[in-house]
Parts: sequence; structure tokens; C-alpha cells
Amino acid sequence: MSEHPVSLAGEPKVDVEQARTFGLAPDEYHKIQEIIGRTPTYTELGVFSVMWSEHCSYKSSRRHLRKLPSKSELVVQGPGENAGAIDVGDGWAAVFKIESHNHPSFVEPYQGAATGVGGILRDIFTMGARPVASMNSLKFGSFDHPRTRYLLGGVVGGIGGYGNCVGVPTVAGEVMFDAAYNANILVNAFCLGLVRKTEMMSARARGVGNPVLYVGSATGRDGIHGASMASAEFDKESEAKRPAVQVGDPFTEKLLIEACLEAGKTGAIVAIQDMGAAGLTSSSSEMPSHGGLGIELELDQVPLREANLTPYEILLSESQERMLIVAEHGREAELQAVFEKWDLHAVVVGRITDDNRWRARWHGQMVADIPIGALADDAPLYDRPATPPKSSPKSDPTSSVVFVAPSKALRTLLDSPNVASKKWVYRQYDSIVQSNTVLGPGSDAAVIRIKNSRRAMALKVDSNPRACALDPYLGSVGVVCEAARNVACAGARPVGITNCLNYGNPERPEVMWQFIRGVDGLRAASLAFGAPVVSGNVSFYNETEGHAIPPTPTIAVLGVMPDVAKHVTQHFKNPGDAIAIVRTAAPSLAASEYAATFGIDGGRLNPIDLAREAALIDALVEGCEQGLIRSAHDIAEGGLAVAMAEACFNPRAILGAEVELGRAGNADAVDFFGEGASTVILSIAPGDVARVEKLFARRGLEFEVIGNVTADPRLKLGAALDEDVSDLQRIYEDAIPRRLRGGD
Amino acid sequence: MKWGVVRFPGSLDDGDAIHALADVMGQDARILWHKDESLAGVECVLLPGGFSYGDYLRTGAIARFSPIMKSVAKFAADGGLVIGTCNGFQILCEAHLLPGALTRNRSLSFVCDRVWLRVENASTPFTRATRQGDVLRLPIKHGEGLYVAPEDELRQMEERGQVILRYVDADGSESDAANPNGSMRSIAGVANERFNVFGLMPHPEHAVEAMLGGTDGLKIFQSIAGSAR
Repeated sequence: MSEHPVSLAGEPKVDVEQARTFGLAPDEYHKIQEIIGRTPTYTELGVFSVMWSEHCSYKSSRRHLRKLPSKSELVVQGPGENAGAIDVGDGWAAVFKIESHNHPSFVEPYQGAATGVGGILRDIFTMGARPVASMNSLKFGSFDHPRTRYLLGGVVGGIGGYGNCVGVPTVAGEVMFDAAYNANILVNAFCLGLVRKTEMMSARARGVGNPVLYVGSATGRDGIHGASMASAEFDKESEAKRPAVQVGDPFTEKLLIEACLEAGKTGAIVAIQDMGAAGLTSSSSEMPSHGGLGIELELDQVPLREANLTPYEILLSESQERMLIVAEHGREAELQAVFEKWDLHAVVVGRITDDNRWRARWHGQMVADIPIGALADDAPLYDRPATPPKSSPKSDPTSSVVFVAPSKALRTLLDSPNVASKKWVYRQYDSIVQSNTVLGPGSDAAVIRIKNSRRAMALKVDSNPRACALDPYLGSVGVVCEAARNVACAGARPVGITNCLNYGNPERPEVMWQFIRGVDGLRAASLAFGAPVVSGNVSFYNETEGHAIPPTPTIAVLGVMPDVAKHVTQHFKNPGDAIAIVRTAAPSLAASEYAATFGIDGGRLNPIDLAREAALIDALVEGCEQGLIRSAHDIAEGGLAVAMAEACFNPRAILGAEVELGRAGNADAVDFFGEGASTVILSIAPGDVARVEKLFARRGLEFEVIGNVTADPRLKLGAALDEDVSDLQRIYEDAIPRRLRGGD
Repeated sequence: MKWGVVRFPGSLDDGDAIHALADVMGQDARILWHKDESLAGVECVLLPGGFSYGDYLRTGAIARFSPIMKSVAKFAADGGLVIGTCNGFQILCEAHLLPGALTRNRSLSFVCDRVWLRVENASTPFTRATRQGDVLRLPIKHGEGLYVAPEDELRQMEERGQVILRYVDADGSESDAANPNGSMRSIAGVANERFNVFGLMPHPEHAVEAMLGGTDGLKIFQSIAGSAR
């Protein structure tokens, strides 16, 4: 047999046309020929095509992502590993990341979403961290679109079906319905894990001669070219891509979690990585490459689900629940014993070499021999052209506002699926397993305690595509502000960010411009809050037949509080408490749910003063830590009126509120329903009002007592609105179930 | 009291049960591995929630054949105290240690929520720290909790007092709206004829700390601890 890699009998001819069907541009194909000095084998071509896909190589985004702040005194691990990590105190590191699974979820919603959850979990426990909480951000088309119910049911079912079965609580999320996502939904999955700072694991191989172990499920034909699918637009043929969607097995994942964490304790693991996008190929090339080493794989040793898989299929399969481990030489048996205890495969499939080559053999025959850097760290890098779109959005703020009667507007907004309770969704998720969920779904932010410690973490995932569509920079800044503010409303200080950047086709200059402006906004806000971006994911090509989604950076913020007993919720607590609003700017109807619902032009986004945003967060955290704030609720979709109603929906017993709004009865739609300004509603014991006011005044922030909490469950906003809170709650709770029952 | 919490592959609330019993209540609680046959001298066996063996075939259908379950069955036959929550309840039914079966929720969806439960029989080892008619607040989280049994058997169970917990409203009355999964006769928890085996869909181990939403689950565990032989 030849020591030179060869294509196998029956494999298609390798040429520029074959490369094109694999998604490689002709110049990329020629670059491959140049790198290896010959025509690649069929296997090699497949390997290059997935590793150089946008999804794996970040070839369009890498140079821009470098601008993101990734350092602070709390960062334990920045970008470059499977996930980032932040020191949360008492010896613990919080490991977290968010990732997209958009394309597969549109093609096959249940499995697409399920395997999205599975993939992000593996990114966390490969770091040695036990996954302790999940969140998700979902974007569907308009509720009336014929496909939306199918996709909603499938995605929610898949997230629950997987998450509930692995014992990781789903504690928060966001769901939005907008016609802009009719043909390209978004499913972004987040996971947080905890690990002792000293016990973190790595994906950086070392030790020439160290064995490489394949652990977990056997390899099948599912998911071949999944990474390539995620790197192309959708068209009418996309339905036919269903075989490229992987199938999840959460039971095996649960075993894998326990086995990997137990194996980590042996100290015999040098490096470990999930076989995620591009499967065995990416894990086997990235680990040695990051360690400056090479690898030799024996593909015939890989456990298979069916006998006749080819080397090409073995390398490109994205079968789920598989890991690759570099072990200490001579300690293979120790690790194998752990995996055997959990009834999982653990097979030596290769070894680490010192010659920077990525080699694969099959029954002794070399089928691939590639300089390893070409697959991982030295993949192509593009500086794609970026230009703003020609027509900038109109800007005639509020002149065309028709003042819908406030009572009718409030009822209509509470009935909007974007504003309404998402209980129908989160009731399908186990949000309490592991006994750490202090605040679960339905809150501004989730609060997760750390056992055997007084400390707790607050989590929030957020996005605002309507604002990003108006101004991709300000929209992105605003999303980070809002997520950070939500975390602060729970009483936690924001300390870290992860991001999932969902955009259209980066080969189009206006999409690239949106992306770059989004990254710039994320950078500015991250710096202002001193909360670095420690992990993330980019999802391009979110477009179908030429229609891109609006720019949708999804941001998750992690906050930490030193004393979990000081956490604060969004609900009013006691009749007689003062209600105050604090804010950094005036509200507007730009990008508001009100504007979208009533079909008006909300005008341009107001500028954001990041110094004031940071001051607001600081004051909120201090107020909560001092126990001065009884409730804090961020104003979001639907503005002040909706936020006031939500604050009255205390699950223990609903309360009422009576407030005066603005300029003595002159309040208008902007006051009631405006968004955009960073505004928080507080309730405060009457005796503490002066002290709280000082916290905000000292920082130059507007603080105004506008009314008080009442035992009478009525919401009274000035003279214009007087509503029964139970009525409002019924509308809010029933909006989504009613639509799903088939009511209009 | 010495407790054993069985860990099947796919058990999920095993850690929560240990946390509730050992960390919160100060009991002696240990994990029992599904491949072992020894019960390590425990006085009460707890079968926890989860998806044992993935529950791909039918909930609890594989777990009942595990080595540890032989010992649990013998332990129960000898009068030992056994409690199964959620998947544990499903396993006990599959193993015929409890009457009836648990099937797919009426909604066909997984449901995670807090529910009210009325104590129907307070003179069992599992409920003696409560009074008949007490209303408890406990979480549920399951996809297959619809309790079924033949009508004849249900009638006999009711007569013998084997129906221990029922889903009710906050004020303690039965209603269709208060029944989260469509269980026959709103049944949430049952005991065997000897009253030494108890299964319930709600999760008492998730209601032991006020910060996490309530402490009514303690009443179940305190009852058992007070029943030690």
C-alpha cells in the first residue's frame, strides 16, 4: 500500500467542479492544491471543505471579532477554547457560551433544536464544568405564517426533549415572532457550567506519542456536511437537506456528561474536545494544532453504526454525543474503565505526533496527509467589503403617531405574542432540576445559586432585531445594555458576555457592514460595563432566496451577586411602597412593539450614553446589595404601561398600582408605550425612598417617584388608564395558548 | 435514618434527593448504584426522578430489570420503606410494586409547574407528619404522569386508602383545571396495600428550601424519618 494518500475506488473525481459542490470557491481549491503540492484526495477535499466553511473557519468574521474586549481580572479563559470562563468567587469558574443552530432547526425543528442544546452542553462539560443552567433565544416568523406553529412546537419540543432528559435546567429565554423570520428562524442555545478554577480542562493537545481516544456514541451517516449547510443560503431545495441534520440522543449525552466529568477527576486527560461541527475532522485537527503538534488517525478503529462507512463519511459525520480525548500515555485503561462503567465506547483511534501533519489511515492505507495548520489556525481569512445600505431609514419621529386609546393599546400589546407570557413555552422545560434555581423563567433575569456558598449568578439572554435593523450599531449597544440592566435588576453585577451574531450573507457588502457595526457596538458596550466577551459564535447566511434576516446579535450576560439572599424580583411586594422610575434618556417609539403593532413609523433610535448606562447599573446593584429595593423591573417591549402591569402580576397575590405620568395628564403614547430609553421601575419601602434617590442622584441619573403600590388590584396610570389587573393578566397569560387553540 | 437513593443511568433528581436528605435535613443518605445488588443496610430506598435508561421504550420499563431492583423488590416484600418520585413512581408501577400505570400527559406535552395536592390518607409512613385534608404545594415535571388503573382496582384502592395524594385547587377542591396531566380521579400519589411502598409524580425533594419556592416536601421526608423501624 502507498504511503502517499490516494482516493479510494469508487470515489468521485477530484476537480474544481467537485470542490464547488462542496462549497469551496475555485480560488480556495487552487490554494488547497498549492498547500499540499498535489491534487487532494476525495477525503482531503471533504476535510478542507468543512474546515474552510464559514461555520468552522470564521473566515469572514475573524478579523473583526479580534476587536472584542476579552480581558478583565475575572477572566479565567477567554476566546480560543470550547467556551469562556469567568471567576465567580469562592474558587468557582463559570464556563459559558451561546451558539446557533438556525439552519438545522428550520429544516427539522425538533432534532435541530435538540442537537443545538446537546452541542452547547458538550462545549461546557469539555471544559470540566458541570452544566448547571441553559437558556435559549428563539426567533420565529409571524404567528399567522402557516409554518410558524409547526416550527414553534418542534423547536420547543426539541429543547425540552433534550434538556429535560439530561438534567440541566432551562432557566430563561426569549421568544419573538416577526415576519422577518418567516423563512429563516433562529435558534440560539446557551449553557452555563461550574468548575473549580483549578480543575478546568483544555482542548490543547500536548505530549508526542499520547494516545487519542474516541468516546461516546458510534459514528453514523447523520449530519454529513452539516457545517457546509450552515454556511450557505437557503433555497427551494433546502427541505432536501434534512439528512444533513443530526439526530440527538440525550440519554447518551447524560452518560457522557457523567463519564467525562468523572474521567476528568483521574487527571489522565490531557485535552478533550467535542466532535461538533465537522465532527472528527475538527476535533482531531484543532486540538493538536493548538498545541503545535500533529496527529495520526486510524479510521478503521472508529466505532461505527453501520459497517460500510467510507473514510470521507467517518471524518465528516456529525453524529452527536461524541468526544475526542488526548490521554496521558499509559493511562488509557484508567479512562476506559470510567467510560465502561457508564456503558460508553472508549477506543484508541490515533496518537499525537511531532511533525505538524494531520494524517488519516484506513486499513493501513493513507487517505489524507495535510499540514495541520492549513485546517485549523491558518484557514483562509477574508476582509470582505462592507458598505452601508443606500436608503437609510426614514426619520420623522412621532409626527405620524396616532394616539390609540391607552386602555385599548395596553390590552392589544399584552395580547401580542411578543409581549405576552411565554408560560406555554417554558412550562415544557424542566427549570428546577439540580436545586439551584432561585429565579426561573418569567423573570427579568434568572438567578442560580452556587451551593455551599452565599454567592449566586444572574443570567439574561437578549436581542432586539428591530432596533438593529434601524441602526446596527446602536441596536447592538442597546441589546448589551438591556441584558446587563436585567441582570442588575436582579441585584447582580454584570461580569461577562457571550454572543451569537446572526446575520445574512457576508458576501453582500451591506450585510458585512451590518455585522461590523454590530461588533463595534458590542465592543463599546462591553468596554463600558467592564464585562468582557469571553466566548461566542457567528451565524452567517441566514437568508432565503435573497432575503436576509434583520441583523440579530444575541447577547447573554452573566452577573454575580455576593449574597443570594439579596436578590430582587420584578414584582411589586407591598401595598404602600413607593413606585419610582429611573432612566438614562427619554423613551421613543422607534423599534417599539407599539410601532410594530399599530403600524406606525417610530422614527430613529435615540443615542445611548454608555457612561450613564454603566452608572445606572452601578446604582441598581448597590441599591439591591443594601437591601433598599423591593422590586426592579426593566422596561422593554410594550414600554412603561406593560412593565407596570407585569410588576403587578405577583404570583403570590396580584397587586395594583396608582401612578401619575408626566406633565399633569398630558402623557401620550411615547410616555406609556415608548421603549429604547434605559428605564427601570422600582418599588421601595416609603422610609427608604430618600436613600435610594441619593444613589441615583449622586450619579446624575433621573429618579422620580411616580406613585405607589396598592392592595386594590387596579392599574391606574394617570387619568388615561384604569384597568383591572386580573383582566390584564388573563389577556397576558392566554395570548399564546388562545392562538394555538385556533382562536384568532 | 439511613436512606439509599438509587442511581440508574439517566437518573436526574438523584443529586437533588441527596441534597434534600443529607444537606438540608441532616439525614444519612447515600447513592445506590444500579448495577449493584446490595442495599447497604439502608432503612428507606428512594427511586428518584429522571429518564432511566433513556425511557425510550416505556418509562421505567428497562429500569425494573436492573440488578438493584431485584433487591428493592425483596426489600419491599420484607416490609422495607420504598418511595418513588416521578420516574421512580413509573418504575415502581412497571415493577408491579404499585398498582396502575403512568401514561402520556393529556396535553401530550412535558409540564413543569407547581401544583396543589390534598393529603387523602395521613396515617401512612409517608404522610404521618401531615393531617388528612392538608393541601401541599409541590413541583411537578414530567411528560408521562397520567395515572391509570382499572375502575375496579381504583375503587378498591380508594376503599383501602391507597390513594395518598390528589391534585386539587389552592383551596383543596378537585377540578379538571387543577389536574395537570389528566390522571384518573386526579390521582398524584398511591401506596401499595401494605403501605410500605409509595409513588408520587410530584417532587418533594424539590420543595425543601424556602428560597427555592417552598418547604412542603419536608413533610413527606419527615414522615418517613419518623417511621423508622
